[in-house]
Amino acid sequence: MSTIAVDAALTSSRAESRAHRAVRRRRYLTTAGTAVLSLALVVWTILPIYNMVLISLEPEGDVFTDHIWPRVASLESFWGVLTQGHWYLEHFWRQFANSIYMGAMVTILTLVIGSLTSFSLGRMRIRHGWLVSNAALLTYVIPASFLAIPFYRIMQNYGMANNVWSVIAALVAFATPYAIFVFQEYGRSIPIEVDESARIDGASPIQVYLRIYLPLMAPALVAVGTYAMLLAWNEYLYQFLLLSSKSSMTVPVALAQFLSSDQSPWNYMMATAIIYALPPVAIYYAFRRRMSAGLTMGGVKG
Amino acid sequence: MDTTSVVEIGRPSVPRETVWRSLRGHLKGTEYTWALAFVVPYVAVFLTFVAYPVVYGLWMGSEAGLYRELFDDPIYQKTVVNTVLYLAFGVNVKMFLALLLSGFFMRPGWWMKALLLIFVLPWAVPQISTFISIHWMLNGEWGFLNNVLYTLFHVEGPHWLNDRWTALAAVIVSHIWKWTPFWTLILLAGRMAIPLDIRDTAKVDGATGLRGFVHITFPLLANLYLICTLLSTIFLLGDFNAVYFVSGGGPANTTHVLATLGIRNAFEIAQPRLGVAAVMSALPLVIPLVIVLMRKLRTAEVQL
Repeated sequence: MSTIAVDAALTSSRAESRAHRAVRRRRYLTTAGTAVLSLALVVWTILPIYNMVLISLEPEGDVFTDHIWPRVASLESFWGVLTQGHWYLEHFWRQFANSIYMGAMVTILTLVIGSLTSFSLGRMRIRHGWLVSNAALLTYVIPASFLAIPFYRIMQNYGMANNVWSVIAALVAFATPYAIFVFQEYGRSIPIEVDESARIDGASPIQVYLRIYLPLMAPALVAVGTYAMLLAWNEYLYQFLLLSSKSSMTVPVALAQFLSSDQSPWNYMMATAIIYALPPVAIYYAFRRRMSAGLTMGGVKG
Repeated sequence: MDTTSVVEIGRPSVPRETVWRSLRGHLKGTEYTWALAFVVPYVAVFLTFVAYPVVYGLWMGSEAGLYRELFDDPIYQKTVVNTVLYLAFGVNVKMFLALLLSGFFMRPGWWMKALLLIFVLPWAVPQISTFISIHWMLNGEWGFLNNVLYTLFHVEGPHWLNDRWTALAAVIVSHIWKWTPFWTLILLAGRMAIPLDIRDTAKVDGATGLRGFVHITFPLLANLYLICTLLSTIFLLGDFNAVYFVSGGGPANTTHVLATLGIRNAFEIAQPRLGVAAVMSALPLVIPLVIVLMRKLRTAEVQL
């Protein structure tokens, strides 16, 4: 009797420890798998960026080498870009300023036009507002590059070629629809009674917009502003087509000009590319939370 | 018929009142003016910079003769094949990876959060910078990739961008590299939006791992996944930068897609109408996509 009980206890504890071991082994395997996958992801993600850094650290004329670590890390090319030391870079600061100006204007106009429209559509509920929403939706799903040729023609006819405002106009037209959606969606979380009570207190629509709507919409404004700025910073085609003179062009256009030359100074190119990438990366990481909130605002109701 | 309509137009007072009311809706005098003033800027931007170019483009590409010329062009024929391959692999591989990775990033722990921060870098870094970097990385003689192959395995790598198929593959992989993080974030948000109690109940009922995915997660994500796939198809059709900077359409114009061929026809060989025609030849695909997407986006209220 007692031996049977002991036996049973023994086997059960053995089974238990075997189960324990299996669980532990599985946990180890999962951890190892996660680690391997993470490492692969990091390598995959970093590779082109590492290549950019590697080449930008090469001293002049040493780009054509076969090593995969920087032998001597030289900041020469960064210095060259910042002091406009290469003949390709003689307008660097001007072009960088053009990029910033363009990005800022696109951001501001997108925010202003988008918020005004969504206020009228969502808060004042203007009649036939669905026509405007549909126009915005349509714009959102038309690829911008498909309109580049007629857009270029039209700007030429208006004498707007080589004017940064032609690019700003195009980018605002393509960024605003997203702004309208996000604002309308976010606006739904603000009770309409807030507006109504302000109206009863005698505020005019523009006062409601400025004093109540905009402050309450601040998180959405940040998200959309970041989006518009990144869009402008990522865009190349319209800038390339519409801006051709050295003093009016932006950094991406100047960078691409490097490519067309046989004797491209690759270390300067990569240094320029890194400097150009710094502002959006900084802004992205600063507003990351707001940004992803904006991307998914309204969530997935479908 | 004609006379009655003329008579009706000639009778302004009552109809105009109702027309005015139907336009104004519930808003009163000055309010309506304000509401109108608020939408005018966007309507103006839309009409001048979207609607007008669309009409202008349709007009530019309206000659039937253009399409005969275009379809006879061997470069165009290759471009169509490239575009189809780019769509088939670019969209589906990217979306599938995004679906898997969004599940991976649901794992708990600070480690995952840190990894996610690194993982979104391709999306945050401007396209121009990274695509130029990839272009140089794939250089046959001095590129980083072949240097690595030689250092680690003593293999002489091929000239990636001098062959049509490896160059096209490079473009597709670059696109996947650039855009997978974005769609992963979207699908991750979609997974997060699945209520916790559904997930818990499923777990209690034994739906974990693959079974949980097939029976619980995917059915809930399917609509979002479909919308993302359609949107990404449209975005990819309009993608100019990956092809332009990574392969440049080369070697010998064999890796163009419609978006880059349009620009090449319009500006390199100075035939803008042929360029518009190249882009317009995508309309049989774009129009149904746009219709389906507009309907889906309006009803599902998914914000991207």
